[in-house]
Amino acid sequence: MFADLEPLLPRVSKPVQYVGGELNAQLKDWESAAVRWALMYPDAYEVGLPNQGVMILYEVLNERADALAERCYAVWPDLEALMREHAVPAFTVDGHRPLGAFDLLGVSFATELGYTNLLTALDLAGIPLHAVDRTDEHPVVVAGGHAAFNPEPIADFVDVAALGDGEEVVGEITDVVRDWKAQGRPGGRAELLARLAAHDGCYVPSMYEVEYAPDGGIAAVRPREGAPVSVTKRTTSDLDSWPYPKAPLVPLAETVHERASVEIFRGCTRGCRFCQAGMITRPVRERSLRGIGEMVDAAVRASGFDEVGLLSLSSADHSEIAEITKGLADRYEGTNTGLSLPSTRVDAFNIDLANEISRNGRRSGLTFAPEGGSERIRRVINKMVSEDDLIRTVSEAFAQGWKQVKLYFMCGLPTEEDEDVLEIAGMAHRVIQAGRAASGRNDVRCTISIGGFVPKPHTPFQWAAQAHPDVVDERLRKLRDAVNSNRKLGRNIGMRYHDGRPSLIEGLLARGDRRVGRVIERVWREGGRFDGWSEHFSYDRWTAAARAELEPLGVSLEWFTTRERDRDEVLPWDHLDSGLDRDWLWDDWQDALSGTEQDDCRWTPCFDCGVCPSTGTDIEVGPSGTTLIPLTVVGGVGRGPTDGGASAGG
Amino acid sequence: MARVRPGEAANPAPPTVQRVRVRFAKRGRLRFLSHRDVARSFERAVRRAAVPVAHSHGFSPHPRLSWIGAAPTGSASEAEYVEIGLTRPVDPADLAAALDAALPAGLDVLDAVVAEGKGLADRIDASRWRVELPGVRSADLAAALDALLATDSLVVERVTPSGRRNIDVRAALVRAEVGGAGPGDAPVDTVPPDGHPGAGPTCAIMTAVVRQTTPAVRPDDVLGALDVVAGLRPPAPAKATRMAQGLLDHRGALADPLGSDRVTTRG
Ligand code: SF4
Repeated sequence: MFADLEPLLPRVSKPVQYVGGELNAQLKDWESAAVRWALMYPDAYEVGLPNQGVMILYEVLNERADALAERCYAVWPDLEALMREHAVPAFTVDGHRPLGAFDLLGVSFATELGYTNLLTALDLAGIPLHAVDRTDEHPVVVAGGHAAFNPEPIADFVDVAALGDGEEVVGEITDVVRDWKAQGRPGGRAELLARLAAHDGCYVPSMYEVEYAPDGGIAAVRPREGAPVSVTKRTTSDLDSWPYPKAPLVPLAETVHERASVEIFRGCTRGCRFCQAGMITRPVRERSLRGIGEMVDAAVRASGFDEVGLLSLSSADHSEIAEITKGLADRYEGTNTGLSLPSTRVDAFNIDLANEISRNGRRSGLTFAPEGGSERIRRVINKMVSEDDLIRTVSEAFAQGWKQVKLYFMCGLPTEEDEDVLEIAGMAHRVIQAGRAASGRNDVRCTISIGGFVPKPHTPFQWAAQAHPDVVDERLRKLRDAVNSNRKLGRNIGMRYHDGRPSLIEGLLARGDRRVGRVIERVWREGGRFDGWSEHFSYDRWTAAARAELEPLGVSLEWFTTRERDRDEVLPWDHLDSGLDRDWLWDDWQDALSGTEQDDCRWTPCFDCGVCPSTGTDIEVGPSGTTLIPLTVVGGVGRGPTDGGASAGG
Repeated sequence: MARVRPGEAANPAPPTVQRVRVRFAKRGRLRFLSHRDVARSFERAVRRAAVPVAHSHGFSPHPRLSWIGAAPTGSASEAEYVEIGLTRPVDPADLAAALDAALPAGLDVLDAVVAEGKGLADRIDASRWRVELPGVRSADLAAALDALLATDSLVVERVTPSGRRNIDVRAALVRAEVGGAGPGDAPVDTVPPDGHPGAGPTCAIMTAVVRQTTPAVRPDDVLGALDVVAGLRPPAPAKATRMAQGLLDHRGALADPLGSDRVTTRG
């Protein structure tokens, strides 16, 4: 159907994002596959294309002889309008086939703010918005990604939520669908969903009945016959046997990350209590030194990217990170291949790593994340770093030639008072003073970046009250005054924060139950699209829709967000098991309130969070005993047989 | 995140010892690439193909690729040019093959020669375009072209990011006719290969030779001029392909800008 789309493209902005054909894109013969997946990232191409989750599943599925996978992304409103006018359905960018023609539509939700874009895609595809209205002819809509750990707000719109790591479960879902089709679709869609519901890691919302209590809370969630009482997440073990993506997609249009990424480990047990990613991806599973070296080499060769990111939730924590960075810096020395390492650890070791990967480069900026402004609040969130540690670390960084530090904080944390946030100003002032002393220069800079805290399911803060955006905005206004109260220091300090109001809506979508689905649908019908983009997000539309849809049911936006829950309340996601023991989470929440810290189980004994026994997994950390195989760039145009080596300077 | 690209302040980039001129095509769906998109694809392709490309100096060295007037986003081309600076002499045929293999399908390398003598920019002063006009009859196109060619000057307005600009289409137009430019291309109505829906089976073809001006006159501007002089409005978007660039001779033909290099190289 590219012929139908093509005449519309000259009339939209950045048409190249809709044409596919990227390097390493795949297009399999439609008839060759028994099971066909459309994989969607529900945001714009520039955000969605670099998404690792979609890239991994795309390769894993396309490697199967009996399956194919094509990608799609959210279309901007200009194209959406033209598609409606000319009756062009939602399409994949690989084969430009209508989404409705696929057996499955897999949607990866990194954030809840993509929900309205799901509805746009379903509607443009001619797939009924509500799962109950779909027939055998329609794709099975599968939600995945971190937000799928509480899919209740989109329970009406999705058929299945896949919990946890996707590498294995996509293959198993493919098997179930293939067998059902081969058997002549016995029992229709209902039987297919029942078979999927019986499958590990697959939650089928329509097979669960939610009953509400008079006080507005949930009285009970009851599985229908055949569905398990609770669904446990999936966990991929031995990352070395899953070296995906092998050939990263190289975008034609500009995207947010112009680099190849190699995931060096999955999971994190530092135990930051605000961090949903850290809680739901336990335990820690490392890729080996050798595995990382091979993936970096393959990614560079396959893509031509000039930068490789070594990804994880806290990359400096890999047990072999010193060898990894030194080995890769040696390997690519003198070439124009750069490395990047997302790590915000506040310690000298982190600076050593940064020095290593920037060997010949300019030492521009380093990022540290104390997350909380005061020592007290840092104990609440379990971010164990003292202000003196921070000052020592930044002094070291400035002494070694770094010119700028960026500090990440959150505002609106549980138990937070004005003073906790105002301490950020004093900390930033000390950073500038220490930086000037250590570097002997006046022009050192410090940027403080502040995000509004959103309590998330499956964390100790799942019971916490979210701070109202007015409170957050007021605190940040006071903070700005405090930063500028010393003009001499304040002028070297930058402050970045966003409007706090989208956080409240994110909070509604994160901790909502099925009743929130009506709000999403109303917002979408009234034009809500691309809610992660400030120029498209409308706070008023969301609050008005929440009022109209929730208040008749006796609940409200505030009820879902700024209200603290008690221990006995049935949480909408209680029947979805991230492995974390509910009692452990509650105790950790109580520890937070009393400012009690919790160590990391990688270097102290297991503290029984529950994940390993309940998911049948184990921590997988090094040393792996492997080595980074030295590789050199050989071959290439115009190179003689004796002319090996990678050095561009030779 | 510490994000630093290795710079070359400590060891300055090796000098450029050879320059190769490459002709390439932008085809099919990839006609929607902007010039920036094309440039990024080439930067990655030279790395992927391990072309010994020279780099600029400084902390963020970039490969030495020099571009000559890119076809606009949405236009296909059979005649785009880029000059690549190299730190080691290469066989241009090897380079063409390696680069072509490293580029996405649709960015296709057609020719490569070692650069000699005058710069590329001095060898190009006009472009030949082939424009498919789905839903337009050849007779109507012919009448509109006659009307346009009969004027001395025809100014159209184009909205650019930097504001509105007036462009004299007639002054830049060297030739324009119905049908393809090749001897076998008869001026008849043809069915477009991928059949534009709603446009009917008719599809007139226009060939136009346009002199390089500032700002450049694009196929869209020529169509705008046909609307002004004759009310010609294609019911579906036109599809333009740049067929050639080069120096205009007295007959209105274009000389191959790589031609003299090829002679030098092989002679
Ligand atoms: S169960 Fe124990 S070892 Fe496993 S992640 Fe939890 S605390 Fe760590």
